[in-house]
Amino acid sequence: MADFTQDRSNYIRILFTIIPVILVLRLLFLQVFDIGGYKQAALGQAVYIKKIYPPRGTIYDRKNVVMMNNSIVYDFVVEPKKIKEDFDTTFLCKLLNINNEDFRLQFKKMINKYGWGIKNIAMYRNLSPSAVARLQENIYEFQGCELVEHSERNFTYECGGSFIGYINEISAKQLEKEKYRDYEKGDYLGITGLENHYEEVLRGRPGVQYLLRDVKQRIQGPYKNGTLDSNAIPGKPLQLYIDAKLQKLTESMLANKLGSAVAIDPETGGILAFASGPTFDPTLLTGADKGRNLGKLLTDATKPLFNRAIQANYPPGSTFKPITALVALDEGVINPSYGYPCGGGYYACGRRIGCTHTGGGHARNLAFAIANSCNSYFCHIFRLSIDAPKYKNVHVGLQRWNQYMTDFGLGHPTGVDIPSESGGNIPDSNYFNRIYNNNWNSCNMSIIGMGQGEVLLTPLQLANAMCIIANKGYYYVPHFVKSIDRDSNHTLLAPYLKKHQVAQIADSAYNYVSVGMMEVVNQGTGKIAQIPGIEVCGKTGTAQNERMINGKRVKLQNHSLFVAFAPRINPKIAVAVCIENSGYGATWAGPIASLMIEQYLKDTISAKRMPLVKKMQNAKIIPNYTYIIDSIEKQQAIERDRLKRLPKDSLALINFKKDSIRHIDDSIKAAYYYKRYFGLKSKSIN
Amino acid sequence: MKQTTFKPTTLLERIDWLMVFLFIILSVIGVLSIYAVEHRETDLSFIILSKSYSKQLIFLGISLIVGFIILMTDSKLFTSIPFLGYIIGIVLLLLALTPLGKGVKGSHSWLNLGFFTFQPGELMKLFTALSIAKFLSLQEVNFSTLKHRLMCAGFALVPSLIIIMQNETGLALVYFSFFLAMYREGLPNIVLVIGFSIIALTLATLLIPKNILFILLTIIALGILYTQRKQLKRSKDLLIVVAAIWLVGVLFSQVLVPFAFKNVLKGYQVQRIYTMIGQDVPDEYTRDGVDNKKQNASEYNVSQSKIAIASGGFLGKGFLNGSQTKYNWVPEQRTDFIFCSIGEQFGFWGSTLLILLYVTFLLRIVHIAERQRSQFSRVYAYGVAGILFFHLVINIGMTIGVAPVIGIPLPLISYGGTSLLTFAVLIFILIRLDADRQMVLR
Repeated sequence: MADFTQDRSNYIRILFTIIPVILVLRLLFLQVFDIGGYKQAALGQAVYIKKIYPPRGTIYDRKNVVMMNNSIVYDFVVEPKKIKEDFDTTFLCKLLNINNEDFRLQFKKMINKYGWGIKNIAMYRNLSPSAVARLQENIYEFQGCELVEHSERNFTYECGGSFIGYINEISAKQLEKEKYRDYEKGDYLGITGLENHYEEVLRGRPGVQYLLRDVKQRIQGPYKNGTLDSNAIPGKPLQLYIDAKLQKLTESMLANKLGSAVAIDPETGGILAFASGPTFDPTLLTGADKGRNLGKLLTDATKPLFNRAIQANYPPGSTFKPITALVALDEGVINPSYGYPCGGGYYACGRRIGCTHTGGGHARNLAFAIANSCNSYFCHIFRLSIDAPKYKNVHVGLQRWNQYMTDFGLGHPTGVDIPSESGGNIPDSNYFNRIYNNNWNSCNMSIIGMGQGEVLLTPLQLANAMCIIANKGYYYVPHFVKSIDRDSNHTLLAPYLKKHQVAQIADSAYNYVSVGMMEVVNQGTGKIAQIPGIEVCGKTGTAQNERMINGKRVKLQNHSLFVAFAPRINPKIAVAVCIENSGYGATWAGPIASLMIEQYLKDTISAKRMPLVKKMQNAKIIPNYTYIIDSIEKQQAIERDRLKRLPKDSLALINFKKDSIRHIDDSIKAAYYYKRYFGLKSKSIN
Repeated sequence: MKQTTFKPTTLLERIDWLMVFLFIILSVIGVLSIYAVEHRETDLSFIILSKSYSKQLIFLGISLIVGFIILMTDSKLFTSIPFLGYIIGIVLLLLALTPLGKGVKGSHSWLNLGFFTFQPGELMKLFTALSIAKFLSLQEVNFSTLKHRLMCAGFALVPSLIIIMQNETGLALVYFSFFLAMYREGLPNIVLVIGFSIIALTLATLLIPKNILFILLTIIALGILYTQRKQLKRSKDLLIVVAAIWLVGVLFSQVLVPFAFKNVLKGYQVQRIYTMIGQDVPDEYTRDGVDNKKQNASEYNVSQSKIAIASGGFLGKGFLNGSQTKYNWVPEQRTDFIFCSIGEQFGFWGSTLLILLYVTFLLRIVHIAERQRSQFSRVYAYGVAGILFFHLVINIGMTIGVAPVIGIPLPLISYGGTSLLTFAVLIFILIRLDADRQMVLR
């Protein structure tokens, strides 16, 4: 009996030992080897990683006037799952000052889009200060709702929307890109303008705070005493070359006009003013209604968001003539006293090319030819340049000319520090080979000499070309930013510190052209641009332009252009202005350019010229056919879209074709009407 | 037998101080664990009466006072009260089922005495342990007879059944731990073999599809017959026995278990059993009455508990640094899931140390049991050991996902006045009885 009891007590001892050992083994797997990955789950649950957004960099003008800073705004954020049944929608809507139905609709939309599981989705962004004040006191009553603060951009000087640009929440597509690996959903980034180009310095570095939270998601304190936290580093400030006062004046003068104006400091390549018309209130690009405003601006017939100063390609017209002259002088095909007997037209190539002046001797030398903008003279010297005997072949001559243009920064994007720049167009021999089937000569392109034909430039390129003339042969790539965080040698600015030497044209050639341009203002076509006490060198341009509408090339009202730099000795500012479809260069572009120069050099506009400022500001020069063209384009876009989505069903195809024919008929009728009512000439191609 | 010479000794010398020490250290660990769960940086002082750890501290004080009173009591008292206590206990258990009882979370196991609510089922453990000890130590009882064995089992099973009616399955299962004491007193092995076989067969039924299990059982039966074919030639009895066992096995797995799961066990019990073996409840056993919430809640508890314990790692996060247990991630963490708090803050070494303390406690009780002269004290000691062991294994097992969540506390550590007081009384009576180990108590 003793043995039996002894055995059993030992068995019990073994049981009391073995089973706890099994528990310990299980703990070993759970805690030490982390089988099942529970440790990671703990981190994800109790540790809340809060991102701290730094303020974006402030943007200053050249005189340290704040153009762009940040203001704190609040978003109304909800977590649908946490919303209880007793949610007082009516009270909330009253606080938010919105319609009850709107709220329900918005909520429904949100749920349809993201589902019930979504966490912290911003339902209303950038609440008004009064709504925030009302909500802050009562937000605790609404479970699942939160007010989240973040900083919003703020145009303090209410100008510069065209180059500063705007920021927006990063899109799902962008998030997938390697470039944006540092970004997370809900982060903002620059979409256009400087905001985009200088994103990496403006953004700063978001900080991270590790916080502990309880099961009800309430924050309880720092995790590991904040040792893992990192501080947010604020975005670096940018200083621009922009003169805020000049910028504001320029924008006001481009109001209700299609066009653009660019002013550059020739010594540095810094952009002093930059506007694209029609100008718009930049505050539309920030705030609660940003999305809606952007939509409106995008669909507007006048395309305010189309940055004409860098994206629009214009035939430069007569403003191109100084460049033609420089090439001819450098090639040695003319000298400054070279004259051309123009009697009101150029007939050397058969078809007449008209000249506005008929008076004898208006092109008796280079200076006179520039001052009077003689078409014949420049067509002729252009032909002389590319037909220069030393090249023996017009193909070689044209390529040489093309090289000159490239040196002048034309035909390719200049590399300005905002995105989406267009390069304009400078034709080369390949182009003419294609068009004329390898059978062409200088006559086929003589009008290039007067800035018509295949030459297309952006206003920025034109202004830059003026800088080259002002500097007598060099330029810096036009740019906005003077310094980043007060450091003017920042690596991002390196491309803009490099001096670009243009073809070795003699200083004397520049001097002759400058004198000619001075004469333009003193006694030629650009007298309107005179400023007492300042030697302004300018050149008017009246560019003919055509547009393809419904397969027909339609000639539209001339563009008014003006380029200038001043003062002639030691120039401080170079300007290019283009006002679309407004007539002569001296009528609109000239005064605007002149007023910009006066504002910049004298920091004020003389009282005598104030009426001129008023006239420029108040004029509305948007031809009615702008709206018609826009409507036709939209129609065509819709048709293209429909064609893409067309079902393969043949009946639908037939119906669509019928429909389509009717649309085209209507478009032709529309074209006929505006031809008739707006007096436009229409000529078909060949 | 050792020759023992009678030496007049004081009570203080006869008390097993290791037991007292283990009791106090485990209880203090309990208070500190609850403190770690409830402590907030903003708390101004240690004692805050509204917090559970302060209450637990008070209960510890009461327990020590009660323990002291027990030590001062004549041990003969404990041999004289069992049956009376047992009857009172049964009455109280039944009272809890009447409207006098208080329902908590679907169970009817609480009695409200106006100033104090308590679970008679907890108290009943004490009376059952004493009664079984008393019964087995009665001179007219012979444990080798089936009648007395059944009677003895009845002492444990009657309160268990009442408690099942009260909907406290976990507590009811604790009463099965008295079979440990009965085993020590000579319950035949065959009972255990059958018991284990039933458990193994039940698990197999749950884990293995019916048809495959049928084939397996048949193969095993044929295998036994084949290996024993020589014996089979001699007598046909074996064939009958094997065939009977096979038939019982098949009936059990094909009919009885499905019937029990469908009609006898409650939906949440089926759920818990399946949770324990890491399976989803098959469609055939799901009830309309059981919603998924309950199912998720039970799974959620276990997974949160595992997360908290795993996050402790080897060294733990340090005292008061348990982010999971501190911020209510684990439900019921002051009571049933208190082990998470230790697992998270003190990691693997701390958890192991705690288990080691319990094992020391258990082995000490066995040691004490074996040195008793009176059968009463021995049976009682094994009863206490069984209860402690069952609580320990099931509680820690459920926090780390190897036992079903049946809601029984970790002895001396989980928050709860009744539980602490019951264990204190159980243990101090044992210490008192042990102090008189030289006497023969009946």
